[in-house]
Amino acid sequence: MATIPMEHGLLLAGILFGLGTLGVLVRRNILFILLSLEIMLNAAGLAFIVAGSRWGQADGQVMFIFILAMAAAEVAVGLALVLQMHHHLKTLLVE
Amino acid sequence: MTITFYLSAIVAVAATVMVITRRNAVHALLYLIVSLLAVGLVFFTLGAPFAAALEVITYAGAIMVLFLFVIMLLNPQPSDAQQPFPIQWRGPGLLAAVLLAELIYLLARGGQAVGETAVSPQQVGLTLFGPYLLGVELASMLLLAGLVGAYHLGKR
Repeated sequence: MATIPMEHGLLLAGILFGLGTLGVLVRRNILFILLSLEIMLNAAGLAFIVAGSRWGQADGQVMFIFILAMAAAEVAVGLALVLQMHHHLKTLLVE
Repeated sequence: MTITFYLSAIVAVAATVMVITRRNAVHALLYLIVSLLAVGLVFFTLGAPFAAALEVITYAGAIMVLFLFVIMLLNPQPSDAQQPFPIQWRGPGLLAAVLLAELIYLLARGGQAVGETAVSPQQVGLTLFGPYLLGVELASMLLLAGLVGAYHLGKR
């Protein structure tokens, strides 16, 4: 059975991160920008998982758990800011 | 396992492309959930079952529900006058595409195998609450700060 090379996992992480960056740059809706940030954080976690799986160590998954906690905190504050923005400015567009 | 990895990778990339091109926020959210589930499957094939479970429960479960609540609360208009691709993005986009092609060329050749031995949740827990105990405490402080900040900002 053929195995999965580490580089392909890193390639997937890079492509997902690039797509997230593209979403942050081209979208004007603040909700989509937050979604793209989630994509980028998820891609970073995927890179950690791939690296941890390469050497069979648990450190990669530990770092993924930290990224997960940070993403949860960031989303809570970010969505509260989105609500405030909608309340004060009556729009979700960033320009 | 190999076919599962590549299939779910393709699904993840396709769903992510759909996320950043949708106009309706709820549609984008549904595609993002599909993408996260596919990435969770990638985690499983890479020998990280605990991270896969966390991905499905926390990301696709908790965080996306938070997004859904906010989208339903705001009820944004489906078409936010998304104009076509601006012309000033053409130059940087072309150069970045060249860099991405180089990255794919360098990484697509393959090398060391990955995911031959699965890392059990017990191992993860022992590492998390052993050498990384300080990191756990710092993450708890960060979550507390996020909680207080969200509560303060959420007040009218």
